[in-house]
Amino acid sequence: MSAEVFLDVQSVTKRFGGFAALNGVSLSVRRGERFGLIGPNGSGKTTLINCVSGTLRADGGRIVFGDQDITTLPAHRRTRLGIARSFQIPKPFMSMTVVDNLLIPLEYAAGGHGAAAMDEAMSILRLMGLDAKARVRSGALTQIEMRKLELARAMAARPKLLVSDEAMAGLSSNEVDDILAILFRLNETGITVIMIEHIMRAVMRFSERIAVLDAGEKIAEGGPDQILADKRVEKAYLGE
Amino acid sequence: MVSLDLLLNALAAGLLLGGFYAAVSLGISMAFGLLDIVNIAHPVFVILGSYAAYIMNARFGFDPILTGVLFTPVFYVLGVVLYRIYYASFERKGAESLRGLVFFFGVLFIVEVSLLLAFGVDYRMVEARYIGESIHIGPVGLAYRLLVPFVVGVMLTGALYWFLARTFYGRAVQAVAQDAFALRLMGANPFKVKSIAFGLAIATAALAGALLIMIGPVEPALNREYIGRVFAVAVLGGMGSISGTLVAALLLGVAESLTATFSGPSWSVAVSFAVLLLALAVRPAGLFGR
Amino acid sequence: MSGRAFAVAAVVVIAGGLLVAGLGLNQYYYFAAYVVLQYVVLATAWNILGGYTGYVNFGTPAFFALGAYTAVVLIKWLKAPLLAQLVAGAVVAGLLGLAIGYLTLRLRGVFFSIATLALTVVLQTMFVNWEYTGGARGISLARPATAPFYGSYVQFVFAVMVILAVLAVATAWCIERSWIGRGFAAIRDNEEAAECMGVPTLRLKLLATTVSGMLMGLAGAPFPFYITFVEPASVFDLNYAVNSLAMPMIGGTTTWVGPVIGAVLLGSAQQIATVTISSELNLLLVGVILVAFVILAPEGIVGLVRRLSRRDPA
Repeated sequence: MSAEVFLDVQSVTKRFGGFAALNGVSLSVRRGERFGLIGPNGSGKTTLINCVSGTLRADGGRIVFGDQDITTLPAHRRTRLGIARSFQIPKPFMSMTVVDNLLIPLEYAAGGHGAAAMDEAMSILRLMGLDAKARVRSGALTQIEMRKLELARAMAARPKLLVSDEAMAGLSSNEVDDILAILFRLNETGITVIMIEHIMRAVMRFSERIAVLDAGEKIAEGGPDQILADKRVEKAYLGE
Repeated sequence: MVSLDLLLNALAAGLLLGGFYAAVSLGISMAFGLLDIVNIAHPVFVILGSYAAYIMNARFGFDPILTGVLFTPVFYVLGVVLYRIYYASFERKGAESLRGLVFFFGVLFIVEVSLLLAFGVDYRMVEARYIGESIHIGPVGLAYRLLVPFVVGVMLTGALYWFLARTFYGRAVQAVAQDAFALRLMGANPFKVKSIAFGLAIATAALAGALLIMIGPVEPALNREYIGRVFAVAVLGGMGSISGTLVAALLLGVAESLTATFSGPSWSVAVSFAVLLLALAVRPAGLFGR
Repeated sequence: MSGRAFAVAAVVVIAGGLLVAGLGLNQYYYFAAYVVLQYVVLATAWNILGGYTGYVNFGTPAFFALGAYTAVVLIKWLKAPLLAQLVAGAVVAGLLGLAIGYLTLRLRGVFFSIATLALTVVLQTMFVNWEYTGGARGISLARPATAPFYGSYVQFVFAVMVILAVLAVATAWCIERSWIGRGFAAIRDNEEAAECMGVPTLRLKLLATTVSGMLMGLAGAPFPFYITFVEPASVFDLNYAVNSLAMPMIGGTTTWVGPVIGAVLLGSAQQIATVTISSELNLLLVGVILVAFVILAPEGIVGLVRRLSRRDPA
């Protein structure tokens, strides 16, 4: 495992009106790492991910990806550089079929086209167990299928850094294991993965390192065992 | 050389006009700013109010203001009904963006063409003793046909401000816009709160319409000139802020009056559009936005 | 429809149109058919932005009129031929689309819609005040003594409009089938997700407003030679706004065929109705039908047919 910093978040701040959703958060994710991001509801996890993926623009601080400062880049440029995400609340392209959903990132972010793109889309769907639904309109999927589609669509962007925002909420324990296996496999191919998750069992098993956010600030960072032993983390969760 | 008298008169007329613009724009500030309902048909309801004032004036000799007040409940009911249709057809299904807009455009169109069928393209006006008279303060002449709409417009703004700030439902309306959680704590039903608020927004059009026909003659297509105006005021005023609406309306009134005085009246419509585009391009949060 | 089938259909329509143009029927039929075809162009243009991308344009009259007035200026100034008028009308109206889009599309979509509503009024004010193009009174324009083909100028502009209609529909068809069309649909379905999946949303929206504006200007450019008289009240008519939006909504907004169905049905119905009932009543009907469709059949006729034939995979 190389120690090269791949994503460097440097004291990022984000305010909504007078409310500071992120207050000088710094963290660095190494290339190829499996990184967990946890924290109570409203602690700023999704805001941080929005700032990284470009859906929100940070008010202060810097974000460096690879060797490029991406703080002010629009989201689609970041996706093309290799940052892809899934959304916590699924946002499929409702009017399109499931496979067409994957063609969007394949064509726009990964530079694929034609039959090759179609083949790649189908193989991702097979991996996620959605291949039977390829020609179904995505608006007609169940909630669980939509979550899988979220992850499949992010994978279709051929990311170097995949951000999975609560991809497992609502899944059965078998399904959680399936998704974990997929993420492990992706990680083995060299993709860096940031996992935001409420299902502790999954984060702890998956992550090499974990950062904990509370009220817009990072309160802890370290390996799973360190995090579990951390008094401040315990307090943040129990005090919720 | 610009004469000082001319300038003062233009400023005074602009301020008076602005008070009236506030009355026309309040409904949009509420519907668009607070409820997030893009009711582009609002100006056509103002015109409907004008025609109500015209009929009551021509048939029974009613004062336009009296008609405006009398028709407020009728327009309120109209607003509630319209919101129910909108809610059932679009908002509930989360399809309000494209189809909701088209729906209101259709409503605008139906009301305008119906007025056209009923009254033709002729300009209509009202008669009242004070229309046509004016008072003079030094070199500045204040026409009653502008002064009365100004006073009523400012009073209406004040009344709405009081409602939103001091009453239970007023605070609930503000919570509907920003804070669904606070709304639940208050134990208010969002659908009911929104119907009331939208009903009130349309109700203001009854009075605003009466003021409009007092200022000058009205024809069905006049509403289109006001679409740019009301949205310019609502955006500039900070989307849903009542005091902001008044200030923005006064500013627009003065800007239009100065333009009309020094470049010709036909250009005054363009002012609101320029203001709207400028506001959107430079400061979409409005003058008083955070 | 496959690419080859579409191409064959396009060629057949053009050939048929050119043939009909040469028949020398009662001139009224050419006038009426011209109006219907013009609506095919306008409805298709509107739908490229409204139906594919999900941004509602209320300013069709502004773009249409700008195309017409660009032609007026070219006729008066340079006695330019129709082809030059078409190109210039399209370019100027396309630039207007780009400018309005650039100013408002970074914000929520409704602001674009509101700006287009106000745009019509303002542009109309400008042309009412511009004496060069006849101001409020309007301007009469002499057509060239003879038309390049067919002898009759009405038959000639009818033939031109046939070609423009096919061009507009073909443009929509190409967009729909391409990665650009999928990008538009992604924006319509969920703009945030589209941006995060690599779609350059702002650039695509600007492309849509520009292409849509160009086609609307293209529809307006032959108008001066068609009617030989242009006044603000006739080219800035709210009719264009309501029809160009009602036709796709009634036909169906997600495919190229929807606006065509809507324009042919509603356009022909209005041509027949203006003879039998008053034009105001006629417009009222359009408004009522529009609202009825928006509420009851949001997918339009195409959606209804699909539902009936159960071809919809969902």
